[in-house]
Amino acid sequence: MILIVQIPKERLHYFEFVKPIEDVLKKNKTEFISIHYKSVDKQVVSNADKIILSGTSLRDNFFLQELDCFSWLKKIDKPVLGICAGMHILGLMFNGKLRKKTEIGLVDVFFEREFLGLKNTVECYELHNFYVESKEFEVFAKSEKCLQVVKHKQKPFYGVLFHPEVRNKKLLSSFTEI
Amino acid sequence: MNCTVLFSGGKDSVFATYLAEQNKYKVNCLITLLSKNLSSYMFHTPSISKVKKQAEIMNKPLILKETLGEKEKELEDLKKAILKAKQEYNIQGVITGSVESAYQASRVQRICNDLDLECFNPLWQKDQFELLYDLIENNFEIIITGVFAYPLDKKWLGRKINEEFIEDMKILHEKYKINPAGEGGEYETFVLNCPLFTRKLQIKSKQISGKKNSFSMEVEII
Repeated sequence: MILIVQIPKERLHYFEFVKPIEDVLKKNKTEFISIHYKSVDKQVVSNADKIILSGTSLRDNFFLQELDCFSWLKKIDKPVLGICAGMHILGLMFNGKLRKKTEIGLVDVFFEREFLGLKNTVECYELHNFYVESKEFEVFAKSEKCLQVVKHKQKPFYGVLFHPEVRNKKLLSSFTEI
Repeated sequence: MNCTVLFSGGKDSVFATYLAEQNKYKVNCLITLLSKNLSSYMFHTPSISKVKKQAEIMNKPLILKETLGEKEKELEDLKKAILKAKQEYNIQGVITGSVESAYQASRVQRICNDLDLECFNPLWQKDQFELLYDLIENNFEIIITGVFAYPLDKKWLGRKINEEFIEDMKILHEKYKINPAGEGGEYETFVLNCPLFTRKLQIKSKQISGKKNSFSMEVEII
């Protein structure tokens, strides 16, 4: 069972940043539960086989004030995929720093190594004002402006700055099949 | 949160308005860009002057902004209209009915980011058949006002989006890869009635123009 952790503060953003992820899992007949990060407790985390942290809107940085809500990430060793804001959270939980860089729309991402089914140059949908840099992660892909795809050096924690639920849905399927 | 909607009078922007209000967002005003370029990348054109009527029966102020519809110039006009909504109607967010177009969505996102406004796209990436079924389920009465792709033709103008329409779309989707909700610009719609309207709109007269697989229907609404 997959746990989708909803990051958006605004309820109306559920439809844009969470539902498209749920739709991919539904289509693949993958079981999941989807809850807001404030409602995540030990029980739901331990019941999940894998975890996806959603993204949120360009102006929504509210989760940064509540990083304590994600301290459970430090205690687990199961696969986690962080998307955009979700990637920021992963990096920040492991000594990362946020850097300012804006990309909006379709952008070419250059993969140095294959990552969850994506390789070479792939067009991806971007929507961010920041990215995160952490020495505990290795970089798999970059755009012209900044790093795009990372994986933790020891743990199965994956981070993508772009939104795979828009043009790269197969990345989500690959993650659920790890 | 106080919001505005980029409003064309078609099914997506009206349904996005509906979803926002269902989720307790306050839609303070609507924005319609009146493009002189009939093949604008950003804005729908058929029956657009009829949005005045829709705004009236939704009791919402409407910001109408004319644009020549030249590629990047129309974005400046859109930005001006959104800024006006921010200054005059105290909005903090902009809602769109974007489903598939990264071109359209990313440009609105950029404008909102520049103006320090939230951007909401509640139909983003929604399955197009799901969207059509949701419209029927929520009592939206919608007609086709334009067709722009083979094998759609004049006969489709004025058709309502109902179960039969969806069944026909399933066939065209399978056979000709027509986007079922018209997201590739295959057809345009106009909403005659929905739960946001205080009354139903009636078609008084209609005028059809076009040829082959590209037809528009101008309707006079009362």
